[in-house]
Amino acid sequence: MSQHSKKARRFLADAKRAAWHDETLWMVRCKRDRAAEAVDDWENLRGQASDIKEKALENIPQYIRQFKEAARQNGAIVMEASNHVMLQGYVATILRSNGALRVVKSKSMLTEECGLNEYLIEQGFTIIDTDLGECIMQLRREPPSHIVLPAIHLRKEEIGETFHKHLGTEAGASDPTYLAQAARKYLREQFLSAQAAITGVNFAVAETGTIVVCTNEGNADMGVHAAPIQIHCMSIEKIIPAMADLGVFTRLLARSATGQAVTAYTSHYRTPKPDGKMYIIIVDNGRSERLYHPTGRSTLKCIRCGACMNTCPVYRRSGGHSYGQVIPGPIGSAIAPFRDFRTAAGLPFACSLCESCSNICPVRINLHEQLYYWRQEMNSYRSTPILRKLIMKTAALVLAKPLYYRLAGSLGRFFLRYFPFMLKLPLRAWTRGRKLPRPERQTFRQWYARNASKHTS
Amino acid sequence: MWDHKIGLFIPCYIDQLYPRAGIAAFETLRRLGLNVSCPPNQLCCGQPLANSGAACETVALCRRFADSFLEYDYIVCPSSSCVYHIRHHYEKIARSEKVEKICDSIYELCEFIVDVLGIDDMKLLFPHKVGIHHSCHGLRGLELASTGELIQPRYSKVHSLLEKAEGITLTKLDREDECCGFGGTFSVFEPHVSVRMGTDRLSDHLRNGSEFITATDMSCLMHLEAIIRRQRKKAKVIHVAEILKTCRV
Repeated sequence: MSQHSKKARRFLADAKRAAWHDETLWMVRCKRDRAAEAVDDWENLRGQASDIKEKALENIPQYIRQFKEAARQNGAIVMEASNHVMLQGYVATILRSNGALRVVKSKSMLTEECGLNEYLIEQGFTIIDTDLGECIMQLRREPPSHIVLPAIHLRKEEIGETFHKHLGTEAGASDPTYLAQAARKYLREQFLSAQAAITGVNFAVAETGTIVVCTNEGNADMGVHAAPIQIHCMSIEKIIPAMADLGVFTRLLARSATGQAVTAYTSHYRTPKPDGKMYIIIVDNGRSERLYHPTGRSTLKCIRCGACMNTCPVYRRSGGHSYGQVIPGPIGSAIAPFRDFRTAAGLPFACSLCESCSNICPVRINLHEQLYYWRQEMNSYRSTPILRKLIMKTAALVLAKPLYYRLAGSLGRFFLRYFPFMLKLPLRAWTRGRKLPRPERQTFRQWYARNASKHTS
Repeated sequence: MWDHKIGLFIPCYIDQLYPRAGIAAFETLRRLGLNVSCPPNQLCCGQPLANSGAACETVALCRRFADSFLEYDYIVCPSSSCVYHIRHHYEKIARSEKVEKICDSIYELCEFIVDVLGIDDMKLLFPHKVGIHHSCHGLRGLELASTGELIQPRYSKVHSLLEKAEGITLTKLDREDECCGFGGTFSVFEPHVSVRMGTDRLSDHLRNGSEFITATDMSCLMHLEAIIRRQRKKAKVIHVAEILKTCRV
C-alpha cells in the first residue's frame, strides 16, 4: 500500500469529515463552473493563457533579464537564488543587515517549498503568516492541506480550539465572525510591529519590472505598506512578458480558484517606499531541470489556482495531507517526481485518470497525461516491487496468447463462480468494500461460436 | 445500403465476466442491419497494463490487436475506456501503418451509432427509471458528452439515444460528471478512496431514483455492482448496449 493510500484511509476513517470536505470543495468547483460560464469565450481565454505561458517559458532567460533590468531601474534590489538554501541565506542576510527581527509573511507556496519559516525561526527571527488560513496552520504547526484554502480540512470548532489555545478566545467559541475578529486583532498587532514583510508573487511583469500579488484579505498590502523592508520571493516561471498579458491571468485566476470574478486585492509593487527597501529574490530550485524536460515542462505554466484540487475526486476524498507534498492534488503529483522520485512513487497512481483536472486547468496543463507518463517511468524504475513487475509481465504474456488467455480466463471464472471465498484473501484490496463479480456460465466467445451464425441481418 | 464490414471488439473483461454486454452489442448492430462479425483471435487491448505503468510490455498486444482487425472498415467496441486507450495511446506504444488505420477506424458503440450511422431515434423500448453514469474515458476522453469543466454547449450522445426510448425516465443526478472511482488498478492500489467514490456515486443515483444504472463502460458498472451487492442496495447495473438492443428500426 502506498503512503498516499494509507493516509487516505486514515482521512476517510472520519466519514463525516470526509463527506463534508468533499462537499465543500465540490461546492467551490460548482461556483467556479458558474463563474467561468459567465465569461465570454472562456475556453479561448484558457488558450490565450496557455500560449502566453508557453511563450514566457520559451524565452525565459531573456524575460528574466528584462525583468531584472526594469526592476533595478525602479529601485528594487534583485537577487537570484538557485536553490532553497540560497533563498534562506539571502532572506536571513537581508533581515540581519536591516536589523529586522519581526517579519510578517503573506501567502507563498514557494517559501513553503523552500522551508523558509522553519529556517528563519531557527535563526532567531519571528515570522508570522498573515493569510488567515496559513495563520491557522502555523498556530497548529501543520502544513497547509490546500494551496488556496490551506485550512479547508478543519472544522470551525477545531479552529475555535486552536484560537482558544493560542489567541485566548473563549473556550468552546466557534462562531466564524467572532473567530475572524480575534484573528484580525492578532494580525493587526503583527502588521504594526513588523520590521519586514515577505510576500509570494503571482505574476512578475518583464516589461515593467512589476510584482503582482493577488490576495483576498489584503494582507500582502498591509504587510508591505507598514514595514520598511519588503521582500518578494518569486520562482522563475512567474514571469509574464508584458502588462497587457496580466488581464488574461487575473480573469482566470480567481474564477478558477474560488469562483470569484477577481480577487479582492490585486496589488502591484513596482518601487520601494520612500526610505524603504524593496528586494526581489528570483528562485530556481529545480525548475530549470523541469524546463528542459519534454513532459514536465508544461507544469511550469501553473498559476497555483488550486482548481485541479477542487475538481479531483481523489483529492476531495483523501485530503491534501495524504499527498505528503507541499503542493498536493493532481499538479502536486505531477511535480513531485522532480523533487524526490522515491517519495513520489505512489502519487501518479493516486488518480483514477478521470481527466477532470486537465479540463479545468486555466492554463491547460495536460495533467492526466503527465500522471500517465509518470506511471510508465515509475514502473521502469528499479524500486518497483518485484511482485508487481512480475504480475505485469505475466499479464502481458497471458493477454497476448490466445491459449494462455483462455486457460487463465477459465480458471479465474471457475474460482469466481464456485469458490469465490478462495479469492477473497489474495483479492482483499478489492473485497474490502465490494463483492467479487459473479461470472456467467459461458464467455462471450463461447456464445459467439455457437450462436453468431444463427443471427442473420 | 451499408455494406461496410464492421468488426466487433469485445474486451477481455466483458468476454470473461459480462458476456451479456457483448451479446447485446452484437445484437444491436445486427438489428441495425449491419454486416458485423467478431474476429476470433482478438484478445485484450492492453489498457489495464498501460494504465498501471507497463505500456512498454504491451507492444506485442498492440500489434496483435491491429492484425486481427485489419480487414474491417470500422471497429466497434462497447467499452469507452478501451476505445480511448487504442485511439490515444496505441500510436505512442507501437506506431505503424496498421496501428494508425486501427486508431482511425475504432468507435465506441454509441458514438458509432450517433456519429457514423447518423441514427437519431432507435425506437427503443425500456420502461424504467434509468440513471446514466458517464464513464470518464467516454465522457472526457471520447467527448461523448459535455462536462461541467469545459464551457461548451451541453450535449450527450448517450442521453440523445436513450431519452427517446419508449417509457424511459432518465434520472437527473446531482453530480453529472463525477468519476465512479473504478479507474482500473486504481481500485486496488487505492481501495478506500475507490470504494468511497463508488459509494458516493451510487448514493447520487439512489437518491434521485435510478432503478437501473447504465454506462458505456462495463468496468465502471462492475465496480458499482460490487458495491451495490456488498451494501445490499436495490439498483441494477446494465450496459447501455442492453438497452440499445431493444431497438426496432
